[in-house]
Amino acid sequence: MNAPLLVVDNLRTWLDAGKTQVRAVDGVSFAINRHETFALLGESGCGKSMTALAIMRLLPEAGRIVSGSVLLDGQNLLALPEIGMRTVRGKRIAMVFQEPMTSLNPVMTVGRQVAETLYRHTSLRGAAVQARVLELLDAVGLPDARARCNDYPFQLSGGMKQRVVIAIALACEPDLLIADEPTTALDVTIQAQVLDLLRRLQHERGMAVMLISHDLGVVAGMAQRIAVMYAGEIVEMADREAFFAAPRHPYTRKLFASLPGAARRGRQLEIIRGSVPPLDSDFSGCRFASRCDFAWQKCSDEIPVWSEVAPGHQVRCHLLQSTERVVSETVVPPLPASLPESTVETSLLEVDDLKVHFPIRKGLFKRVAGHVRAVDGVSLAISPGRTLALVGESGCGKTTVGKGILQLIRPTGGSVRFAGEELTQLSGSALRARRAAFQIVFQDPYASLDPRMRVADIIDEGMVALGTASAGERQAQMDKLLGQVGLSAGSKYRYPHEFSGGQRQRIAIARALAVKPRLIVCDEPTSALDVSVQAQILNLLRGLQDELGLAYLFITHNLAVVEYFAHEVAVMYLGRIVERGTVEEVMNAPRHPYTQALLSAVPVVDTASRREIIRLAGDLPSPANPPLGCHFHPRCPRAMSVCRQNYPAAINFSATHRTSCYLYRK
Amino acid sequence: MLFKPVLLWTDVLLWLLLAGVGLYAWKVRQREHLIRPWRRLLRSRSGVASAVVLLAFVAVGVLDSLHFRLPLEKQGSNTGIHYSPEVLSVFDLIAGPLRKRVEKTYSAPFAAHLYTKETIELPGGKQLRDYPRLKYGGAHLRDPERELGEDVVLTALQGGAYALILLSGLTVLLSLWLARRRGVAPGAAWATIRQGHDEIPWRTFLITLGLLILCACLAVVFSAKYHIFGTDKVGQDVFYLSLKSIRTGLMIGTLTTLVMLPFALLLGIMAGYFRGWVDDVIQYVYTTLSSIPGVLLIAAAVLILQVYMDSNQDAFDTVVARADIRLLFLCVILGITSWTGLCRLLRGETLKLREMEFIQAATAFGVGHFRIIARHILPNVMHIVLISIVLDFSALVLAEAVLSYVGVGVDPAMQSWGNMINGARLEMAREPMVWWSLAAAFVFMFVLVLSANLFSDRMRDAFDPRTR
Amino acid sequence: MINYIIRRILYALPILIGVNLLTFALFFVVNTPDNMARIHLGMKHVTPDAIAKWKHERGYDKPLMWNGAAQGGKQATDTIFFEKSVGMFVFDFGRSDEGREIARDIKTRMWPSLAIALPVFVIGLAVNITFAMLMAFFRATYIDFSGVVLCVAMMSVSGLFYIIGGQYLVSKLLHLTPISGFDSGVNAFKFIILPVLIGVVGGIGSGARWYRTIFLEEATRDYVRTARAKGLSELSVLFGHVLKNAMIPILTGAVVVIPLLFMGSLISESFFGIPGLGSYTIDAINAQDFAIVRAMVFLGSVLYIVGLILTDISYTLVDPRIRLE
Repeated sequence: MNAPLLVVDNLRTWLDAGKTQVRAVDGVSFAINRHETFALLGESGCGKSMTALAIMRLLPEAGRIVSGSVLLDGQNLLALPEIGMRTVRGKRIAMVFQEPMTSLNPVMTVGRQVAETLYRHTSLRGAAVQARVLELLDAVGLPDARARCNDYPFQLSGGMKQRVVIAIALACEPDLLIADEPTTALDVTIQAQVLDLLRRLQHERGMAVMLISHDLGVVAGMAQRIAVMYAGEIVEMADREAFFAAPRHPYTRKLFASLPGAARRGRQLEIIRGSVPPLDSDFSGCRFASRCDFAWQKCSDEIPVWSEVAPGHQVRCHLLQSTERVVSETVVPPLPASLPESTVETSLLEVDDLKVHFPIRKGLFKRVAGHVRAVDGVSLAISPGRTLALVGESGCGKTTVGKGILQLIRPTGGSVRFAGEELTQLSGSALRARRAAFQIVFQDPYASLDPRMRVADIIDEGMVALGTASAGERQAQMDKLLGQVGLSAGSKYRYPHEFSGGQRQRIAIARALAVKPRLIVCDEPTSALDVSVQAQILNLLRGLQDELGLAYLFITHNLAVVEYFAHEVAVMYLGRIVERGTVEEVMNAPRHPYTQALLSAVPVVDTASRREIIRLAGDLPSPANPPLGCHFHPRCPRAMSVCRQNYPAAINFSATHRTSCYLYRK
Repeated sequence: MLFKPVLLWTDVLLWLLLAGVGLYAWKVRQREHLIRPWRRLLRSRSGVASAVVLLAFVAVGVLDSLHFRLPLEKQGSNTGIHYSPEVLSVFDLIAGPLRKRVEKTYSAPFAAHLYTKETIELPGGKQLRDYPRLKYGGAHLRDPERELGEDVVLTALQGGAYALILLSGLTVLLSLWLARRRGVAPGAAWATIRQGHDEIPWRTFLITLGLLILCACLAVVFSAKYHIFGTDKVGQDVFYLSLKSIRTGLMIGTLTTLVMLPFALLLGIMAGYFRGWVDDVIQYVYTTLSSIPGVLLIAAAVLILQVYMDSNQDAFDTVVARADIRLLFLCVILGITSWTGLCRLLRGETLKLREMEFIQAATAFGVGHFRIIARHILPNVMHIVLISIVLDFSALVLAEAVLSYVGVGVDPAMQSWGNMINGARLEMAREPMVWWSLAAAFVFMFVLVLSANLFSDRMRDAFDPRTR
Repeated sequence: MINYIIRRILYALPILIGVNLLTFALFFVVNTPDNMARIHLGMKHVTPDAIAKWKHERGYDKPLMWNGAAQGGKQATDTIFFEKSVGMFVFDFGRSDEGREIARDIKTRMWPSLAIALPVFVIGLAVNITFAMLMAFFRATYIDFSGVVLCVAMMSVSGLFYIIGGQYLVSKLLHLTPISGFDSGVNAFKFIILPVLIGVVGGIGSGARWYRTIFLEEATRDYVRTARAKGLSELSVLFGHVLKNAMIPILTGAVVVIPLLFMGSLISESFFGIPGLGSYTIDAINAQDFAIVRAMVFLGSVLYIVGLILTDISYTLVDPRIRLE
């Protein structure tokens, strides 16, 4: 075998943070071979992006490389002068960034942005450049490249932009492509497209890819070799097969165990207790020791060294060198049986034909020229103590459904009956009095807590507004709530910024619980969180449901969470629900082509259970101008002529399972 | 009665403002998240240095805002006490000699002679055209030509010595205090100060304070004997005028914001929060107001005020009261022309905030509009208000000079840097030039505005949520 | 696009009406014509007859808004409001209190104003951008730091001192240009140099510092990182990417003042004795000529609103996101 393409040795990168130095990357070493995909896996803040930026020498101004070497074909990049480095960037190593929305220059056409790299690194000029740009845009699957070439980035969808960024990276046929979370900002069907593209391009061009990701599923589908990063260093490195068959480091094992999914239904998820230690000082032992279930004295006294458990599989852990310590799989206690399945009760919430339209104003006098039909006739029902998951890609209107139900946005039409009472007709004060019964938990725990209020005031607010209790009672209630969500009573005098994302989400849940609601709308409550923290929140929500008999409307795009957590599922596409049923029905036997495609596009860890991926062409159309007939027909692989004419009526497969699709027309 | 207190309108407002600042400080002390930006501010060196200078200016301005009238000397058997029509301030008492030592006309800094030649009657009855000696400036010198240099050096040494004593005393006190707070030896506290290792840059604090004290001591010892910035056309000490102008500058810089703040806050937040027609109306109002060129609107308003005051002369019992009303009115009209910027900023920020999830969460609890505004929106826009108050301050101090030059500034009878410049401008063509009024106004304005600018820079860094 | 501009212009109308009503209220309701007459005729020893005569000569003796004594349409038109305020919409400014025709004065005086203000604007913009680019290029070095310190110091100096200092240094000590005055045609050049120079220098402090912040903010965006990852040099990143994006806020911020250039600068014109609209206004203020001040207030507002419309148009020109939507 040839010498590796890239060798990173003992790389250390520090970030200035006022008086302290954050050691974001602390002694990282790895090698990437030619034609191979190497994945750097880790949760947010572990230093994986900093490693990539250090290799490119594109660190932010506060960052600096303290020591180490980066050899590309034997040449030390860290020793190159800046001018020399510029001939490497874009030509030999290219990079694709996470956020396609912002990583293109907004006032430059995409064609010119691709051409710029060619002008910089090749001798092509004039028409030859133009031809090459078109070739590249074609290669990354930009439809109608000749016309798109003169478009500005804002005219392209997120997926298209990411294709352009990839085209820029490919322009000079680099030896190494660094892809930093290339699909994290994209929807799951688009993610499948982009990952496909990366795989194909690598195969065709034989370049090496360094993939940075937090998503075990993405890594499983892409990488040949995997390195797991934790707190600034690599803790485990292995080939894909070995890695997914038997991860060895306790941290990696925990990561796997905290993944939600159908297999873990009815059980608690494994969590990693505590949080990542601060990175501003030297470590005297293993960085994971304080959170590890198997840690013993040696772990905090001695820094573990690499041990090779199999050829090519290295782990940095004391466990693997000691014989007396046996790693036993911790047994997670099953949850107490949740409420008897499908006890047919009267629904707590019944939504019928809910419509939320936003006017589009145009022309001289801002006349209403049309409507964005964000929600266009959604019906659903939730029983007490049950969870209904509302699933869909971004822009499908699922969040608007949640806000429409809570009357945070007044619906345009339809009815919302809560405990038999029609909410849409209630006046302001009457509605205010009933608000205690239905609450909301938001996606972003950083935006959903007022930074200028103490935790006590935050939780108090709802109780005061609804006048539920006296001051003394409220204090007692608050302590109880904080205990329920797993925070100490002392935290009530602190401010939100002193808490981590997961803890903030706990505070948000406590705030919602304070007014004793019967229904909580959870709007993507875990999608801003890392996997291990997500597990904590899901466990908490599940426990609260069993304890208090809460009903959840769980809005999410994450199907693994749905499989683990929900009782029923409704799949939304462009303002309407296309399929609805119990979680078993929908997940195991999806009927609507969109549901099928969505399920197949989810990257899964277990390569054996991978579904045949159904390719979806194109992007989600605009809800201002939905396609005639079935909204899904332009992207549907099984579209028929009838699909283009009328929206299909719902067809029942069972008492609970129904879909709107012509395929099942009698 | 020893004196009769006089409450000018601007004094009242200034004391109200100070009370407000005190209240705010008291509130800040209790809340960790409010202290944090201030602490960040106090940790930067330019922040501390500029704060020290600003405080010195404020001290003069505040002393100059305690007004009263002294009783006239008893005349004959008159039983009642009559008070002098002259309104004085505490500062005037402190700077008493400076105020009273009025020469005939212009004289240069440190001069012992008048700027213009006059006919002097010699004892023998002969007349001579020469520069006459000043009544006060350098009057102690027998032969100014020879003795001046020596006297200046000696006096400077004397002033320097005073400054050194004062500063050392303060340093010792500071070291002792820090030592007690930290529970270390005073020597150790002094060592950290000297090496500049403190959280709060006490070394910078001491250096700035030291320079200030040095300037103050030199000014005190010199102005006992000389006019250090010369005298103006009617022989008043320019240094005294410059000091008196501080109050005017501070008033314009602070009261204007005080006047405009309620409008800007109320309308800006209302427009952003309620949107719809409320927003349309408020936007219309501030676009209309801001489309009128500020200077012209001020000019028009001040002209009209003049007309009003000329036709109602009886309403003001003293010259000072009259000038004061004009100052207040100027602040009001400046406020009206300058609230639109802050209003627009607040509207934009409120628009952003009301979409934030924590506001929606409050709505989901059924919290009323008023409470949402008071508890969520107002605290979250306060940093913008603070920053813009400080940013506007320096612009307003500079604007005063320009307005006074145009003739629509403060009352010509009121001491202000603008009036000083305006007066000196007419003498520009003289040979040799009468430069000292300009120089004094320049130095004072520059120091004040520069420290305000530096302070606002630091403040913006400390309060900007993005720097957290 | 056309629709958009028409809408902006229509939107400007109510603002103009608002300005007009406001000035009317300020000049005729708060401050009655009687007061004006007294100011001009002296406060004491003035007979009611003299006041009536003064008012009649200037048309200030009519009712404010509604002439009940007149016939038909005259009830609305034969009033101070109609004659003095409504006329301004068609730029009929009437006569000054001294009897001169204001519109003609404005026409002759706006060119000297423009001769100073336009070069100050153009050169100032170029100089400020250059300085800001230099500071941005050397960001976080001592060059940048001292540049910022210099800017803060320069913006702490009152504009009056720039003029006084400039006149003293350039004209009085070095005798390079005349202290003040103006001439027509090519001869005007030597009178223009100094005011332009001072105008540019006086604006550097705040201008360059502001643009620097814009540049630096733009330089931290993601697309700049993408550009660097292409291997572009720091200069091509700065000129090819950062400048292009930063020009959007800079240009649109600058465009709004372009129409106001006609108004000239109050201070520098009166110091340099330039017969422009700025010194015209100052003279009017000093002479308490309300008719001229009123006309200038309205004119200034109109020009500002034109500036706002131009800003909107310039947005559509420089920003493809607005142009193409």
